[in-house]
Order: sequence, then structure tokens, then C-alpha cells
Amino acid sequence: MAAATNGKCASPAEEHPRKAFGWAAIDPSGVLSPFNFSRRANGDDDITLKILYCGICHSDLHTIKNEWGITKYPVVPGHEIVGVVTEVGKNVTKVKTGDKAGIGCVVGSCGSCENCKQDLENYCPKIMFTYGSVYHDGTRTYGGYSNMIVVNEHFVIRFPENMPLDKSAPLLCAGITVYSPMKTFGLNEPGKHLGVVGLGGLGHVAVKFGKAFGMKVTVISSSPTKEKEAIERLGADVFLLSSSPEKMQAAMGTMDGIINTVSAVHQLMPLIFLLKTHGKMILVGAPEKPLELPVFPLIMAGRILAGSCIGGMKETQEMIDFAGKHNITADIELIKMDYVNEAIERLAKADVRYRFVIDVANSLSAA
Amino acid sequence: MEKSAEKEHPREAFGWAARDTSGVLSPYHFSRRNPTAKDVCIKIIYCGICHSDLHFCRNDWKFSVYPLVPGHEIVGIVTEIGNEVQKFKVGDKVGVGCIVGACDTCEQCTNDLENYCDKTILTYNYIYHDGTRTYGGFSDEIVVEEHYVLRFPDRLPMDGAAPLFCAGITVYSPLKYYGLDKPGVHVGVVGLGGLGHLAVKFAKALGVRVTVISTSPRKQKEAIDSLGADAFLVSTDELQMKDAMGSMDGIIDTVSATHALMPLIDLLKKHGKLVMVGAPEKPLEIEMFPFLMGRKQVVGSCTGGIKETQEMLDFAAEHGITADIEVIPMSYVNTAMERLLKGDIKYRFVIDIANTLNSN
Repeated sequence: MAAATNGKCASPAEEHPRKAFGWAAIDPSGVLSPFNFSRRANGDDDITLKILYCGICHSDLHTIKNEWGITKYPVVPGHEIVGVVTEVGKNVTKVKTGDKAGIGCVVGSCGSCENCKQDLENYCPKIMFTYGSVYHDGTRTYGGYSNMIVVNEHFVIRFPENMPLDKSAPLLCAGITVYSPMKTFGLNEPGKHLGVVGLGGLGHVAVKFGKAFGMKVTVISSSPTKEKEAIERLGADVFLLSSSPEKMQAAMGTMDGIINTVSAVHQLMPLIFLLKTHGKMILVGAPEKPLELPVFPLIMAGRILAGSCIGGMKETQEMIDFAGKHNITADIELIKMDYVNEAIERLAKADVRYRFVIDVANSLSAA
Repeated sequence: MEKSAEKEHPREAFGWAARDTSGVLSPYHFSRRNPTAKDVCIKIIYCGICHSDLHFCRNDWKFSVYPLVPGHEIVGIVTEIGNEVQKFKVGDKVGVGCIVGACDTCEQCTNDLENYCDKTILTYNYIYHDGTRTYGGFSDEIVVEEHYVLRFPDRLPMDGAAPLFCAGITVYSPLKYYGLDKPGVHVGVVGLGGLGHLAVKFAKALGVRVTVISTSPRKQKEAIDSLGADAFLVSTDELQMKDAMGSMDGIIDTVSATHALMPLIDLLKKHGKLVMVGAPEKPLEIEMFPFLMGRKQVVGSCTGGIKETQEMLDFAAEHGITADIEVIPMSYVNTAMERLLKGDIKYRFVIDIANTLNSN
């Protein structure tokens, strides 16, 4: 990336006035390495966050390996960011210097469309993601595997004092990704029966939220080894082995809703049959290839299949406040920055319970 | 020893039945029960031919039991009532749709959603409470429990309104349930057949903007001029489909053949709903990204409950909504079935039972 004499194609290290450093992937191997870049000056509506922790999301993995075919390198991933506010612009009222704050998947949107006006920035057609998007100023966004970030106040989440920052970081993506559809589709009412498919970063948080909402929670998984974990550690009521046709048949028509977190290609039909009449299955995992949708089971019981993508800013704040009140955090493995490539490899094999979080402040040093 | 269909009940009945998977119908003598305290006897005047009749006659769904008398778009006159019947009297015009019984006590039944009861008893091919098989409306008479009989509004013509009892409620129910009935809403209708043409009429009467989506450009004039649709989209025209992306709050998909879902999902606005009322046998493909990124929904809907069927009929009467039909004699039924298979009908066959079904 050569610096141009007219400044139009400035390198990442030169395009903004403030030096920053992090780890970036530079090609589809996905291997991350130290990377110098820069952040914009703190505008009147901006805050600057010294990053303390950043969760590793499966989307980071998809992006750095260009599995969705849209990655532009170099990319600094990370959108489960928590830290301390070090500077606020003169118009900022949400937080002050020294406050704990977080940033999730979105750092910008148009602010004026139907979705933005309804606090659904996550569905704005001009959404700007925390990494990999082009910001209002035409420059590329870089994420939280870095020492600091500058974000418009609107996209900053306040953190309650009592919340442990490392364990709360994953809530900013995994947490809101399951909380939003649970709320939108009425899967947050005491006494209702919720199924959770897949026990990973998203799934384990869905179980915790489900229990906090007073629901009966059944974890649906293909791995019998996860049963003990699901019931004893996470508090699920029932464990349903999806590879057992007898058990799946016995559970048919018993669930008000299912949060399906699986990002691999899999069979939808046996899951759809678990739903009651008018039951809803929400897909939050994003398999790359199409899935097969059987129509009969939908028609015969008026069932609903919906997709959902993260959440808006207002509901993200609501989710963090709810988690703070109910002591809900993610189960994490805290790692140092230089372990990140190994962590990504382990994540690809689902070898983590259930989220890696990078101890950025204590292990990220300038390149 | 099981009694034959002719002898299992005391009242002689006559209709046309399919005898095997060829689906060919022929005259058939059977019997109906005497009315119990809550039953209504109905002399059948007209019966619509639904695509489901075709599926059942040919055992497409693999659970037909022969001989099978289809027909669940039934209109007729009350001839006798049980002594506890309160809603109807002899001489009343009534109709019967797809359901003649359910458990009456489950959560679905108590919420007027008998169509979603696990123990729904359909008008034909199902086992009734008394252990005998139900026979449908391609026949001279039917005996039905009062709860499952619909009042037929005087303002509606008996022949043109017969298809409302299945096709009508099948599209009306999801338009209401999924909020696609409010002025300003934009609804797409895929497939212009028995279900589709009624979906257009109901949606227009509900005050919504309607776009018909079809593979046949020649249906455009019909859709706009005769049915009153606001726009017509040729689904095989990539440019037209691209222009219409993200423009619809909901789509009623009536197509029962295998077809591509993603172009339809792309037509939806964010948070939009694709309502499946046609029932393709094989699974359809769905891609995750557009689905998740737009919080879109694919939902199923199956006929409707009794209460909403009555509401639909009253609404149809108020707005003058009837099906576009071709009235046929009973003897034409096999030809009609062949034409229905090829989609050669605008848009529903209705059998003139009273005048053409005779047991000679």
C-alpha cells in the first residue's frame, strides 16, 4: 500500500492523525500479525476508547479468511470491544472520561431511514460495521483487536459498574444477536418453552437469557458430551440429542420458539417439527450455503421461520442493562494477543468454552 | 365385521368417488349418519373443486384411503337439524369448508384455531368421532356438527362463493394474521390461480397495494384490468425483479410447484414476510445472508378457523367478493380435474351438484 503524493490513497498508518496499532489479517490465510494504522481525531460527537478487552466472534474468522467473499485486506477484526473512555467530544453526553464503555458491531448508519428512526440501525441499508466497512469520511473501519478506537457517541454502550468487563465483552455481539430476536418474537415470556440449537458462543448466552426470562430451556445439540455442561453449568432444563430420532419425535410440537445458532449447513426439518402451532424458529447462524426449507411443516401448523442480525443500539443498551441486573456474562477463555492465531484455529474446531476474549490492554504492544 | 360404506349409516347418500391412484372419479353409493342433537343436514347445491381434491384423489400425499369422495367448498340448504341446534333452521343457506370436527378443548380449539388442532377432522378422508370415514362435497347431502357449519350471507351468489370456503379463507387468514391488511401496506401475490386471484380481490378490498408476481406475461391484462391489481411483475424478468427489490411488506405465495424462494425473499422489505399457502412437496432452498440481514420471515398458513371463516364470508359479502368460476355438470368432473392439473381454468371449477348429480 504505497503512500500517494496527493494524499488521496494514504496508507492506513497515515490517513488519520492519531497513531494506532493492532493485529490485522493481510490475506485469506487469515493469519493475524502486528499492524500499524491510525484513527481519526476525536470529533465533537465522538468518544475515544482505550480498549481493554475484545471478544473473538466467529464472524471475525469468516472475515479474515474471506469466507464470505467480501473481505478487503488488511482487516483488523473485533467487534466485542470494552474499554475506558479517554476523551469525549464537546457534544457528548452519554459517557464521560473514565467511564467503562463498549462497542459492538456497528459504528455508523444513515440516521434517517425507517429502520434508523425505529432504533433498528442494524437494518439500515447504509450500515457501517466496526470493521471492514467504509465510514462517512471514506476511510475503512478497523476493529477491536487494537489499542484504541474512536466512535460516534450514538454507537457507544454504557457499562454498569458491577459488570466484569472481560466476561461481558461477548455480549456486544453474541449477546445482542440472541437477545434481539428473543425479545422481538416474544421468546422472553415466563413459562414459554425455548429451544436453543448449538451450544457455542451464541447458544450458551441464549440459554442464560432464556433462564433469566423465566422460560423452560431445552438445548438441542448433536454432541452428547455437551449434556452435563448444558444442564449443570448453564442451567438448561432439558438436553435433546438431535441425532436421536426417537428423542426428537417425542419432543415434536413442544416448543414456542427456537433460536438456531448453527452456522454449518444442517437439516431444518426435524427442528421445525419441534415447534408448536405458530411456533417460531429464528436463524442467527449464517451457513454459507443454502439450507433446505420444507414447506409442509410450516403450513400445517402455521409456523414461522425468521432471520435476525445483531440488534439496534437501544436494544443493545437494554440488553447490557438486563445482563448487569441478572449477572449474566459469557463463559470465556482469556488470552493474550500473541495467542490469537492459535485461538482462531481452535475456534474453527469449536474448541472453546465458549468465547475467547483478548486481554488487549495487558498484551497488545506496539509493533 | 366392518360395514360397507353403503350400509354403515342409515341415510342413503350418493356422490362421485376416486377408487384408486389414477384419481378418476365415478358414481358411488354410500351413506350418511342421521343427525345427532347437534348436527345439521345439508342438501348440497354447489361444490368447488380445489387443487387439494386433485392431490387427494391421486394419493399425492400418500395417505388417501379409497373410495374417496372429495370436495370441501360446499354450499347448500339446511334440510334437517338436531334438537340442540340453535344457529340454523330448515331452509337456511349454509356452507361447509375443510373441517368438520376437532377436539374442541385444546389451546388451538379454544382460540378459534380449529384448523391447527392436532385432532382436526377434515371434511373427507379422515376418521370422524364415531370411527367412520368422512366423505366430502362431491355428493348430494352432508351431515355436519353445527359448530363447523357456516352461515351463508344472502348477498353472495351460491356458486361464485363456494370457493371462498377453502381458497378464500386460505388467503384471507394470513392477510389478517400477519398484518397485511392495513392501508399503505404493499402485498405481492405469487401465482394467479384459485388462491391467487382471491388473494388479489381480498387484498384490494382491505385497502392494500397489490402486485401480482407471475411467470406468464399474458396474465398481466387479467391481473390489472379484471382483478384490480396495482402492478404486475414477471418473475422471470431479472430487471423487473431487481427494480422491485425491497418493496413489499408481505407476499402470499400460492404456488404449489417447486420454485425459487430467494427472488421472492429479495422482493420483501426488511422485516417482511413470505407467506406460504401453496404446498410444494419437495423442500425449497433458502440462503441465509439476505434472510438474516433483512430479518425476513417465511411463514406457513393452513386454511383458517371457523370464526375467521365466518368473518371472511361476511367481509366478502360486504365487498361483493366472489371467485371467478366455471360451473360444470358432475359428469364433466374428470375432464375438469385434467384441466386443473394443467392450470387450464380461470380460476375455479364449481360443480352444479343440485342440477347434475343424480343417482341414475
